[in-house]
Amino acid sequence: MTSPKDNQTAKPVCFQDVILRLQSYWAAQGCAVLQPYDMEVGAGTFHPATTLRSLGARPWAAAYVQPSRRPTDGRYGENPNRLQHYYQYQVIIKPSPPNLQELYLGSLAAIGLDPMIHDVRFVEDDWESPTLGAWGLGWEVWCDGMEVSQFTYFQQVGGHDCRPVSGELTYGLERLAMYVLGVEHVMDMPFNPPGSPIPLSYGDVFRQAEREYSRWNFEQADTGMLLQHFKDAEAECDRILTAAETDSAGRRIPMAHPAYDQAIKASHLFNLLDARGVISVTERQAYIGRVRALAKRCADLFVTTEAATLQAEDAA
Amino acid sequence: MPDLLIELFSEEIPARMQARARGDLKKLVTDGLVEAGLTYKSAGAFSTPRRLALAIEGLTAQSPTTREERKGPRTDAPEAALEGFLRSTGLTREQLEARDDKKGQVWFAVVTKPGRPAAEIVAEVLERAIRDFPWPKSMRWGSGSLRWVRPLHSIICLLSDESGASVVPLEIEGIGAGNTTRGHRFMAPDEIAVSGFEDYAAKLRRARVMLDAAEREAAIRQEAANLAFARGWEIVPDEGLLSEVAGLVEWPVPLMGAIEDRFLALPPEVLQTSMKEHQKFFSARNPKTGRIEGFVTVANIETPDHGETILKGNQRVLAARLSDAAFFWENDLREAKAGMADWAEGLRSVTFQSKLGSQADRIARIAALALEIAPLVGADADQAEQAARIAKLDLRSAMVGEFPELQGIMGRYYALEAGLPEPVADAARDHYSPLGPSDAVPSAPVSVAVALADKLDTLTGFWAIDEKPTGSKDPFALRRAALGVIRLLLVNGVRANLGQTFAKARPDADAADLLAFFHDRLKVHLRDQGVRHDIIDAVLSMPGNDDLVLLVNRATALSDVLKTEDGTNLLQGLKRAGNILAQAEEMDGVEYSFGADPKFAETDEERTLFAALDKAEPAIREAVRLEDFQAATQGIASLRAPIDAFFEAVQINSDNQILRRNRLNLLSRIRDAGRLIADFGRIEG
Repeated sequence: MTSPKDNQTAKPVCFQDVILRLQSYWAAQGCAVLQPYDMEVGAGTFHPATTLRSLGARPWAAAYVQPSRRPTDGRYGENPNRLQHYYQYQVIIKPSPPNLQELYLGSLAAIGLDPMIHDVRFVEDDWESPTLGAWGLGWEVWCDGMEVSQFTYFQQVGGHDCRPVSGELTYGLERLAMYVLGVEHVMDMPFNPPGSPIPLSYGDVFRQAEREYSRWNFEQADTGMLLQHFKDAEAECDRILTAAETDSAGRRIPMAHPAYDQAIKASHLFNLLDARGVISVTERQAYIGRVRALAKRCADLFVTTEAATLQAEDAA
Repeated sequence: MPDLLIELFSEEIPARMQARARGDLKKLVTDGLVEAGLTYKSAGAFSTPRRLALAIEGLTAQSPTTREERKGPRTDAPEAALEGFLRSTGLTREQLEARDDKKGQVWFAVVTKPGRPAAEIVAEVLERAIRDFPWPKSMRWGSGSLRWVRPLHSIICLLSDESGASVVPLEIEGIGAGNTTRGHRFMAPDEIAVSGFEDYAAKLRRARVMLDAAEREAAIRQEAANLAFARGWEIVPDEGLLSEVAGLVEWPVPLMGAIEDRFLALPPEVLQTSMKEHQKFFSARNPKTGRIEGFVTVANIETPDHGETILKGNQRVLAARLSDAAFFWENDLREAKAGMADWAEGLRSVTFQSKLGSQADRIARIAALALEIAPLVGADADQAEQAARIAKLDLRSAMVGEFPELQGIMGRYYALEAGLPEPVADAARDHYSPLGPSDAVPSAPVSVAVALADKLDTLTGFWAIDEKPTGSKDPFALRRAALGVIRLLLVNGVRANLGQTFAKARPDADAADLLAFFHDRLKVHLRDQGVRHDIIDAVLSMPGNDDLVLLVNRATALSDVLKTEDGTNLLQGLKRAGNILAQAEEMDGVEYSFGADPKFAETDEERTLFAALDKAEPAIREAVRLEDFQAATQGIASLRAPIDAFFEAVQINSDNQILRRNRLNLLSRIRDAGRLIADFGRIEG
């Protein structure tokens, strides 16, 4: 591991600088730098690179930015810290290396947070995702009293015990960058370097979209259509999972990934319905349970498919 | 006599688990050592966020040799029996001894177990302790299968005596015991080799780790107080927070900051709760203004800029948090000023319990009940009803949404903002009380009325839908609610017939069953106050037992008189009278209840008893009517001497049936006098 000191260079100057530094830091640690998943998700954890790849026995190391949507957090772009669309930076390594905490601290140094000047603390925070049937133990990481990341050792995903255990790091990029850059309102944060020919702030990029999505999320989204789409996604997921394992050419191809896409879809549709306020407290648990049931079955299929592939590889 | 040092070095242990983990480590290891035959002088356990440590002094170097004799089969027993015995003892036939026994010759095995060195035992005990450690939640990591609270990195297991220190050979899932640890994560991350506990603690201190949680707490308390003093402030004491914060740092560095002026208008409870819950800050109060004006955060590091960057960061986070709180507060005040109608409306769609309707339904019931209860507690009925209607509206406020623990406290502020009278606003704050057995009991009449109505509505409601507590399960905290009612009634001397009150609250609740539940709770409550359960049983069967104040007065007076010599003797007399009567009535098939006539009295003792009863009975009856149970018990105690003398001198079962019947009827007068006060038959002794 490189000591935090070695990484100390000039501080980042803009949002994308923070992202680029994280990308190159984790690339240097050997992670595959993936791209965001091309679907609407509530958190980086939903990316199959985390959810599905934390299952089974194959080693894995990936890092990526994931745009995340939380319709209920929309504030029309007015709240300095809250957004309905924001970015998470996600790192997932399986099995979790023994020096994961040091690696993580190195990443903070890489974006200009020197742990010799700041107060970095690991404060108990157990993570649970009822929709994914997943939980883990870990911490929220505090820097000078502010939560800058979530650090989790996955214990279960999709109802399966994780063996080996994956270590997951999630950075809330806007909040972290605002702190590093000393910005009070997210919309004021420079997105590209302020000295660029066309300097752009976060607000230049997202303010209008935040306003529009807030209105749509809270007032306009067609709840009848969303409910129907939820049912469709659920039905399609079930159909994919129960389809014959062999294709028309007789090849054995179970379809965990396409099925999981439908589970992701159902989860996001649920979030939208929640923001529209049409789901009562009692119904809420039932919806979450329905998504979890899908996620679990996708996990089951992924695990059996991987086991079969490993067996075939061994035999070869 | 060697000393033992153990350290289990891991990633950050949750603060709330550390105290128990210290106790568990000490117990598991020392119990294991003792069970294996070792003894020790003293043991102390320590914790920091990254380590659990145990120091044991004066451990015996090895366990004693033990000799065990086991009796086997007879020498003429079948071969199979002997073979089985040899297998179970691990001996050969030549090693057995044949001895004479009552029934002939029997094989004996003498198994001598040599003492074992401490190191061997320690290794086994520690491995077992680690594998069986009762963490509230534990986890696996990497590819291993060991469970610990967070990944375990290294183990010190070191025995040391005058001749030096040696590592106890031990390996658990690839982690070998050694004699090294690490200091503070940032200030002294390098490996440190140690030779024993003193060396360990001293080197850790140099490496910026304060091993003892109590010392860290003391250091925080002291430094925070100093910082506050320098500004003319004082720290608001919070022992729970102190112990949590001490579990979050290895090297506490308290830093003090001021709250920005724009937030000082927030209620002190809001500032305190926000700072504590979100950031684990201590609050600093200015005694001159009475306001919370500053905070102390405890960092885990000494920095070249003396914490300036850290403090600035914390202040920034605080400002963001308090901006949120201020936003909630201002919005809430606007709603409060407008009369809180939106909140009342909103509670229609919040379910209290599926069978008991919405929060709005519940509030309507509580208001109706508060109106009924008001006269019993001397409260203005309109105010009580009004208070009940607004007491829970703050549940819809943004502030309580964010900080549920501020319910009621915010209710009071919002009620005042809405222009409601003080007693109504106070009731909003106080109506949840008392929450625990040591929580203060409200005494303002309006608060008492609403507090009672709230709890009685809950109790009768859950009784009506048959959701009563069972065993250890009490998900709706109904036992606490009943105890709350009991304390409200007793502390305020509220005279109420609970049976009627239950019926008013909810005619469909089983009032008798609920009253029995109250009586059980009352027994527990009074037992804690030193009143014996049999005394309570003795008064429970008396009339008016749903008036708890009356019941307790009766029990207390009885309990007091039974502590005197007169009282205990009287009890014997009453019991004797009762027993003789019961026997005679059983034998004769009649109840002796009246007709005792002094003209059949043969002795002075009988005549004295007649006279004493003539005098005492009306006095007792009058005292009971006036509910003066002290006078009533004294009245009955005055019968002690005549009763004693009577039993001494008079043979009840006379051959003369007229005399016998007269004496039995006289005994029944004694029994009746006793029954005016309690069912003495239920009292033990």
